[in-house]
Formats: sequence, structure tokens, C-alpha cells
Amino acid sequence: MTTPLRAPREIAAPGNGGVGDSPLRPDGTLKVRGEFAYSSDLWIEGMLWGATLRSPHPRARIVSMDIGLALAMNGVHAVLTHDDVPGRKHYGLDLTWDQPVLAIGEVRHQGEPIALVAADHPEIARRALKAIAIEWEVLEPLTDARRAAFDPTYPQVQERPNPARYQPVRFGDVESVRDRAEVVVTGTYEVGIQDQAFLGPESGLAVPREDGGLDLYVATQWMHNDLKQIGPCLGLTDEQIHMTLSGVGGAFGGREDLSMQIHAGMLALRTGRPIKIVYNREESFFGHVHRHPAEMRYEYGATRDGRILYADVEILLDGGAYTSATLNVVGNAASLGVGPYAIPNVKIDTYGVYTNNPPCGAMRGFGAVQACFAYESMMDKLGAACGIDPVTIRQINAASQGTPLATGQIIWAPLPMAEMLEQARRLPMPAPLDASDIRNLPGGASQTTHGEGVRRGVGYGVGLKNICFSEGYDDYSTARVRLEVIGGVATALVHTAAAEVGQGLVTVEAQIARTELGIEHVVIHPADNGVDSAGSSSASRQTYMTGGAVKTACEAVRQELFARVPGGHTDLSLVGGKIVSESMGVLAAIEDVLGEDAIEETRRFHHHPTTGMDKRTGQGDTHAQLGLCVHRAVVDVDVELGLVKVVELAAVQDVGKIINRLSLEGQIHGGTAQGLGLAVMEEIVVRDGKVRNPSFTDYLIPTILDMPPMRLEILENADPRAPYGLRGAGEPPTLSSTPAVVAAIRDATGLDLTRVPVRPEHLTE
Amino acid sequence: MRVNFTVNGRAEAVDDVWEGESLLYVLRERVGLPGSKNACEQGECGSCTVYLDGTPVCSCLVAAGQVEGRTVRTVEGLATEDGLDPVQEAFVECGAVQCGFCTPGLIVQAHDLIDRVPDPSDAEIREALAGNLCRCTGYEKILDAVRLAASRKAVSS
Repeated sequence: MTTPLRAPREIAAPGNGGVGDSPLRPDGTLKVRGEFAYSSDLWIEGMLWGATLRSPHPRARIVSMDIGLALAMNGVHAVLTHDDVPGRKHYGLDLTWDQPVLAIGEVRHQGEPIALVAADHPEIARRALKAIAIEWEVLEPLTDARRAAFDPTYPQVQERPNPARYQPVRFGDVESVRDRAEVVVTGTYEVGIQDQAFLGPESGLAVPREDGGLDLYVATQWMHNDLKQIGPCLGLTDEQIHMTLSGVGGAFGGREDLSMQIHAGMLALRTGRPIKIVYNREESFFGHVHRHPAEMRYEYGATRDGRILYADVEILLDGGAYTSATLNVVGNAASLGVGPYAIPNVKIDTYGVYTNNPPCGAMRGFGAVQACFAYESMMDKLGAACGIDPVTIRQINAASQGTPLATGQIIWAPLPMAEMLEQARRLPMPAPLDASDIRNLPGGASQTTHGEGVRRGVGYGVGLKNICFSEGYDDYSTARVRLEVIGGVATALVHTAAAEVGQGLVTVEAQIARTELGIEHVVIHPADNGVDSAGSSSASRQTYMTGGAVKTACEAVRQELFARVPGGHTDLSLVGGKIVSESMGVLAAIEDVLGEDAIEETRRFHHHPTTGMDKRTGQGDTHAQLGLCVHRAVVDVDVELGLVKVVELAAVQDVGKIINRLSLEGQIHGGTAQGLGLAVMEEIVVRDGKVRNPSFTDYLIPTILDMPPMRLEILENADPRAPYGLRGAGEPPTLSSTPAVVAAIRDATGLDLTRVPVRPEHLTE
Repeated sequence: MRVNFTVNGRAEAVDDVWEGESLLYVLRERVGLPGSKNACEQGECGSCTVYLDGTPVCSCLVAAGQVEGRTVRTVEGLATEDGLDPVQEAFVECGAVQCGFCTPGLIVQAHDLIDRVPDPSDAEIREALAGNLCRCTGYEKILDAVRLAASRKAVSS
């Protein structure tokens, strides 16, 4: 047993695109040919299929479980329960170790894994799951997040008490200015549970090795954090597990937590056979955490001319049964609770709680997305109360370079928010509705009217997102770069453990290597744990962090190469494959200096250090970088039928430095689309702790008919602390598009609309 | 059971097929063609789209037995020895590929559209691709790719 068929392999990235160009994805050709090895495509001789029994109940005790019938079935090779977990019986994303690998006597959410089966065929595995007999004591689920936060008599969901995290923020003194406010506006806002809905389901292959170790091929966002949990649970050391990133079919936060990794490992170690696990779509809805639903209470006091004097905010986030990313989601929501506004007095109380609702954790923009819907809704409400238009009210209160956030952290890099709003306002408007083609109407071809009730609206949204890991976390990435002559040509091999999840990181790594080494040929090594951690492909951080690591490693290679040039030159650079002295011109080709040697350097890259949030005041320099996006949405709403068509979404985003415009635009488009989904379509509907719509039939994500044309204006105001001055770009548009769309619907309808997603019934009441 | 069919010009006789298997499963797990993707397996996302006797279908909704004696063309069968199909080429060039999981299905569907409608309008492109979900791109660059592929095909024909 060695390498599986269709294993991830090295990807050659020929071409000449450096930093700032738009070379094409090196993995693009494989992907369009259908030859890219996704984690569900893996196949190896002799493999078995693993499957997972999940709880139908959100809260219940397991009185007894009988696996005998399942185990006796033809074609079944193993049936495992928590008794069979070789090591630690709990895991957890932030090493909270509060989530059972397999349920131990009780379940705390619907879909919690209970038992595992390995079988010859996936259908046999499914039938074996059905043959496992469980006697349940079903309990009433604890689903009230408010009681979980504030009622000390509410029963505990798990061993860790509620709240999972409470984070206050105190800036200035709200009470001292409360009675000076000439205008007071209040609002209570809700965000439903959004799903990442990545298309590639959780899947992978675990191959047992003869030395007792394990080769794992999975799709993940951060393999080293996976390993910290997998190893102890399987009773293996880090050295005994070789992990290779397989093709990732999207992530968006949903692959930060483990899914099938430990389970496949358990079955492989038990059976001695390779195990493939592939979730179907329904199981995927239970196989990963979702975006936290939120209830948010806001009060702003302002002067009559629209200057905000104070903000009094409470944010309640329901994390479900286990901790996952809740601690950091609370941190983001608290620190960015009033967004990019300079408010002199701020009081924010943020709570993350445990309930028996679906477990929630990381999704694109987490914590900041929920708060953004509320604070942007408040800006519109305040503007209306003061008789000031939505753009101007935001400009009056806009933060900028040098002003403090609610945490007291001074914004150190350019933040031209007022100008960006102006730019958004001045963009040309889309053409008026042409109702002669029914496809242009809200509802499209399903429209039943001729558009008599259609009203147009325009709205704005601004979102501020922290980039990279915050709150004092030791955040780093690692890159190994090897420069050698292959086939007569100087070639750089770039090796990291960073997860390419679709965002285009492999393209950017190659661009950076070309720019720093002055060469064309770059090869991207498959991401694996043969090199140290790259951190997670989340928090919009990989271009910054792994890009920074590749740059730093290339600089080290370059220095070593220069040291091999005789003459002690101090004015060398690498251009077009040549070593060039500023004073003497071309000295040599890289190939001639390298000869048969290779130069290999591994470097770790850190961002500017951050501090934690003070436990009582939330104050601190908690964020490494900030990203800002402004959206203008134009919508047509059929006020009789409750149908919405988003006509255009225009974005103005500051990215510091455009590394690859083509990929960048894709990130802004995609982030915008997910924000639109949250605004008008996407919600995991939960009743009594149970998910009612775990399918793409009932959980709707935007189709090509739902997405409007997207106009983009991209600014480059460098962040002096970041490599090339770049800013992470993937998340900010996900924040701002949601409130922009809802503001536009309010503008069209005059309705208050305090909850997303906005549904037809909200528009026809 | 045994299923005989032609895929990408190659005759296949597949043994030991369980009656409940889909064409998608047979392609991915039994004949070594995992290009067609398993994103929802319920006919909602289009990522498993293949040609069945020249008509695009969701291969997850076709029972394996239904392809007996018929002809299937998958994303792996679009490129020729001369290189990528213009639709494939345009998807790479326009940035229409991110994670790429929806890409095979979109490419087959777009390939069919351009065959039927050589110069599709944006409304026609949107209608034709409405059954193919993409979670990464917001579809803007997919529209660019289909427009580009159509214009190139018009020039070359």
C-alpha cells in the first residue's frame, strides 16, 4: 500500500507573471479537464467505505446501543463506538477538547456522530448504520440562547458552563453623555444561521502504514491544527501521521473543524485497510459548523446634525453544543461591534453561548458579519431620524487613519472610508427596469404579474474586518523554497502546508517566487506536514501570511545565491534569470552560479504582534490588519408578491496592493455573493433544535439568475506593515453586501426589516 | 449486474454494479472518471452534468442501468489531442475557476449551450446555467468565460 491513485501532485507554474500581474491559476487546466484530485476523488486498491451514524435527536441519552446485527452483516468489516477511540475521546478546534469523537452516553445536537462502520460498498455501510439499535431517552432540547446567557437556572448543555465567552467593551463613558443626545435610535436585529455550502463535500482517505502510522489525504483549512487534535485522539504522535492536502472544493470556514479525519483514521487503524469517507449533501449539513445566529440590541444617541455620541450594544451569539470558534467569533463581534465609525463612547456586551441548536463556528467574516448587519442598519436608521442621507451620515461618523476603534486601537494605516463612500455614490446607476422582458422582473420567469408592484431601491453598506488572527495569538506561516537547475532552467520549488481552497493561493505563491527570484519556472509542492504550519486559510490571511513566508524564504535563498557570486558585490539583484550588479551590469546566469547545487531555505513569517482584549474593558491593540469594503446595492422589489431582484451590486474596496487582479476580483465577487445570499435567501431553519432544510432543495444559495452584475472599484492604499502593502481581501465584501442589499429593500418598501434573510412574508405584511 | 455503455468514445462493460448505483457513482468509482462531481447527489447543483446521448443530464439522477447501450460524454472527453475545448480554455483564462468543484458541470452545460445557441445573450447564458451552483465566483467570471468561448467558437466556425 503506497500512494493512492489520483493523489495530489506537484503543480508546475510556468509563465512570467510576478506580483501585480494576473497569471492564470497553475491548477486551472487540471480543474477544467476534470483531472484535479479532490478529496472525494481519491481511490486506492483494497479500500473500504466508512460511514457515520448520527443522532436524530438534539438532546438525548443513549440508554443502550447494540451493534451486533451491523457487525454480522456480510461486507461489514468494523463497527466502532466511543469505546474504540484509541486515545483522547474529545477534540476541539481551539483545543478546548469539549467535543466527543463519538457520543459518550448522550448527544447534544442533531447529527452528532455516534458510531462508525467500514464496509465493502457505501450501500452496505448505510444498511449497517440502520442495523445499529439504540434505545434513547429523549430530552427536551435547550434552545433558548437568551436564557443560556442570562438565566442561571437554565440547565447546562455541556461540562463548560455558559456563557462560553462574555466580552465587554468599554470606551469613553456612555452614561455621562446619554442625556446629551438629541436623537436616540434603537433597534433589535437578528441574523439567521448561514451555511458555508461549499460544493465539495467532507471527504478523504486514510491509509494505514506498515509502521503503524497513517497517511491522511483530506480537504482542510489548517492541517497542523487538525493534527494537534487527530494525533492525541488516535493515540499517534505527530511523526506517525503524514497528512497531505487533497483538492479542496471550497471551505469558507466550514473546514476549520474536523469532520471525518479522526473517524477515517480509527477505521483504518482497526481494519488495516484504507478507508474512504465521503459525506453526501444532507450529511454535510450536519458534518460542519455554521455561521452563528445572532440577536443584537443597539441604541445610538446622537446630536441633531448626526454625530454619534454613544453606542450601547448587546450581541448574543448562539454557538450550539460545542465551543468550536465561538471564543473568536465573540472577540470579533465585540471588537468590531460598531464597525468603522469613530464613536467617542461605546458600551458593547457580547455573549457566546452553548445550546442544543446546530453547532456554529467559523464562516467567512465571522462575528463581524453579524455585527455589520446591525450597525449598518443603525446608520440608516440614524440618518433617517436626522434627515441625513445614508452616505452622508456614514461620512460624518467615519473612522479614518489615526482615529481609535471601540477597543482603543488606533487605526494605523490609511482608511479612506469617507472617500470610498463618495466613490460608491458617484458610480453610474444601472438602467431603469425594462419590464418588457419578464426575466428582468423580481421572480424572473416565475413572475405572475407585469411588474405593476415593482419598486426600485438603493442602499449602502460598509464593513470592517480584522485580517489575520487577533487577540495576541502567535500567528505565523512557514515556507520552504528550493532553488535548483532542472532541465537547464533555474526553478523554484515552493513548499508550504497552506491550504489552497480555491482562493488562488498557489497562483500568488508562484508570483511572489518569480518576483523575488527573478525567474519564470516555479513548482508548487503539494501541501503537507513535511513542513511546519502555515496557519489557517481563514481570516483573509494567506496572501499576507503565507505570501509573506514565501517572500521571506525567497529573500534568504537570494542572499545565499548572492554569497556565491565572487567579488563581494553589495549591489546585486535578480532580473530575468540573471544576477545583475547595479554598477557592473549582468554578472552571470543563475544557472551558472548554482551549477549542480540547490539552495533551500525555510522561513517562518509573523505579522505585527497584537494584544489580547482586556477582560473588563475590551481595550487593546487586538487586530493585525483591517480591511474595508463599501457596497452600493440597487434592487427591484415586487411589494405585492414579496419578491426581490438585486439589480446591481457595486463594491469599492481598498486592498492595499493588488497582487493578482483576476483572483482578487473573484474574491470580491464571491464574497459579495455570499453576502447577498445571507440578505435574501440563505438560512438553516431550525425548530426545536432540528434542522428542517438540510439539502440544496430547501437551503437556497444564489444561482446565476440571482446574482446581478457587480461593478468593482479597487483602491491600493498600502498598509505599511504588510508584505507589498497588501490587505487581505476575501472577507470584507461578505460583510458589506448584506446590509447594502437590505438597505436597498428598505428604500424600496419603507419597511423596517430587522432580520436576515429577508423573506417574502417580511415584505408583504 | 453488468452495464455496457460507451463513455468518451470507449466501450465499457462494468461488472458487479449494484442496482441502486447512479451513473455518477459508476463513472467516479468504477470506470476511473471522477471528473464529474458529487456535490449534492440530488440533482440540485449540476456539478455532475454529463452528456447522455448528446443531452446534458445530472448523472447523479440517472440509474446505472439506464445507460445500458447508450453513449456518455463527460468533462474528461471534451479536450482533444490538440488541446482544451474553447469552453475549458475560456474558463481558465477568465478566472471562472476557483475551487473548481462546480467547473466540470458548468463546462459541459456551457458547451451544450454554445452548440445550440452560437451567440447567446446574457439572459440566455443565465437561463442555461441556472441549474449549476457555484459557491466561489458569484458567476461574473463564468459569464465572461461563456461569452469568450462563444465568440471564439463563432470565429473558428
